[in-house]
Amino acid sequence: MENTYRRNVDFSTIMVRVIGYGCIGLFALCCLLPFVLILSSSFTSEKAIMESGFALWPKDFSTFAYEIVFRNPRLIIGSYVVTMGITIVGTAVGLFIVAMTGYALQRADFLYRNKISFYIYFTTLFSGGLVPFYLLITQYLDLKDNYLAVLLPGLLSPFLIIMMKAFTKSIPHEITESAKMDGAGDFTIFLKLILPMSTPALATIGLFIALGYWNEWYNAMLFLSPNMEYRPLQLFLYNVITSADFIRNSAAASNVAPQEIPLESMKMATAVVATGPVILFYPFVQRFFIQGITIGAVKG
Amino acid sequence: MKTVTVQSQTPVVKTKTKESRFKRIWKNRTLLLMCMPAIIFFAIFAYLPMPGLYLAFVNYDYSLGIFKSAFVGLENFRFLVMTGDLWKLTFNTIAYNLAFIILGNFLQIAVAIMLNELRNKWFKKISQTIMFLPHFISAVLVGLLAYNILSYDYGLLNSFLELVGLDPVQTYSNPAIWPYIIVITFLWQSTGYGSIVYFAAIMGLDKSILEAAEIDGANAFQRIRYIIIPWLKPTFIILLLFSLGGVLKGNFGLFYNLVGANNTMLYPTTDIIETYVFRTLMTNFNFSLGSAVSLYQSIFGFFIVITANWIVKKVSPENSLF
Repeated sequence: MENTYRRNVDFSTIMVRVIGYGCIGLFALCCLLPFVLILSSSFTSEKAIMESGFALWPKDFSTFAYEIVFRNPRLIIGSYVVTMGITIVGTAVGLFIVAMTGYALQRADFLYRNKISFYIYFTTLFSGGLVPFYLLITQYLDLKDNYLAVLLPGLLSPFLIIMMKAFTKSIPHEITESAKMDGAGDFTIFLKLILPMSTPALATIGLFIALGYWNEWYNAMLFLSPNMEYRPLQLFLYNVITSADFIRNSAAASNVAPQEIPLESMKMATAVVATGPVILFYPFVQRFFIQGITIGAVKG
Repeated sequence: MKTVTVQSQTPVVKTKTKESRFKRIWKNRTLLLMCMPAIIFFAIFAYLPMPGLYLAFVNYDYSLGIFKSAFVGLENFRFLVMTGDLWKLTFNTIAYNLAFIILGNFLQIAVAIMLNELRNKWFKKISQTIMFLPHFISAVLVGLLAYNILSYDYGLLNSFLELVGLDPVQTYSNPAIWPYIIVITFLWQSTGYGSIVYFAAIMGLDKSILEAAEIDGANAFQRIRYIIIPWLKPTFIILLLFSLGGVLKGNFGLFYNLVGANNTMLYPTTDIIETYVFRTLMTNFNFSLGSAVSLYQSIFGFFIVITANWIVKKVSPENSLF
């Protein structure tokens, strides 16, 4: 009796594990497959794509699309520079403001913390919508065709400020109090004590802001017109994907006959060049994103 | 405010309130100044556009500006109701979000539970990293990935259908299959990352309970059914309510990049509030109509959040937002 009973337990555990390994493995494969498809297509000759479509392994290996992308790399390098500039400046400024606000708002002795918290939180409940926002940026702030139109709106978000509040709560309150006893001002305490102590939080929040800027294309599409030569990376990619004319124009500068331009594989090659480096970087920082969503979810 | 005692030695009551208010501000000046950049930011980018919603009640004339254009009352709303657009947009936006929320949470819980059962550290780590990957790419790239699979001429889907002897499908002109495509793409992108919350919740479960259950003869399925799933229930309810609060907010990037900018054929099943407002602005230049939809979305959405938060407060007060 005891024997069968024990075997029963083992069997169900094994079953669950088999199902677990099977399902997780399958799902992970599904997550990876589209990326493999793009990579493979970017290394496939245009002729092979025309004949048999995109495939998970290049039927006719070719680096022609990359050759054209890199023969005249001015546009894509310009896009990289623009996106990196916006990301670095935006993340540095945004992170500083988020950290400062988050710290001030969790100080129990700050009289206006509830009012200001609500003032910030309310913006997630009610918004003016796209049209007034568009008019504000283009007519009132006059930022059309200005990189600031992409940089400024991405600086802060209520979500990140709430996250910072939750993070800094874990720093013992006595630190602030004893520093105050010693005559330090609030800003000095923040700068000299709190900031160095919250590096994990800053890394997480900084990465959230940076990721937002790196993947940003919406404001870029709204506010940067096509006559801007160097556009953020994702907008550049969007133009390559959606407009054959855009590819023809940029390939024409590389002295390729229009009928020889590998339209499809060039889309894929551009996507790989625009996204590849970040995807390689991401496994090293994913633990910060995990930390972020865990804290963010706990606090709502 | 009244509960805060301020040390003030001014004897006269009338001036006391005045002076103490100034003193209060003075006492908090550094922290107040530290919040100033954020206050100004939200004033400009969030509060300043709000009065612009007045656009919804006028017939916008570019040369006259928002507040001098002719007032038409509820005419724009009447138009939206008469054409059936408002109903269609509301239905699409809510239906998609409900599918996202329900299927999404279900899958996230399933993935978290299965991850918890895996014993091979190496397998666990790699599969987790791969599952998170789709969350970190831009909406533009998601559109391209989908195109690689769905394209009529070159897509992997049709290559596969051909291989097994079926007819190729005209994906980009068949509105009926788009709800599936959009929901599957959403789940593909969000499940791995979303499962972290549930996985973290399982980690918080006292392992000795599971061990005790095992000793008492509960098999693996029973341990999941009677211990882990009930343990996840509060997390699930809170996350569900919070996401229900945003049921009227659409994911513009996903829809726009999957469907394409001008694919009118697919609008009946893929048009949501965000894509409609975007078109009124960028394609039709009907600013008033777009604002009317936005105002409707904001007000209706506001009440949904209030209701959701009210329910959260009943279920678990410490998790409520306000």
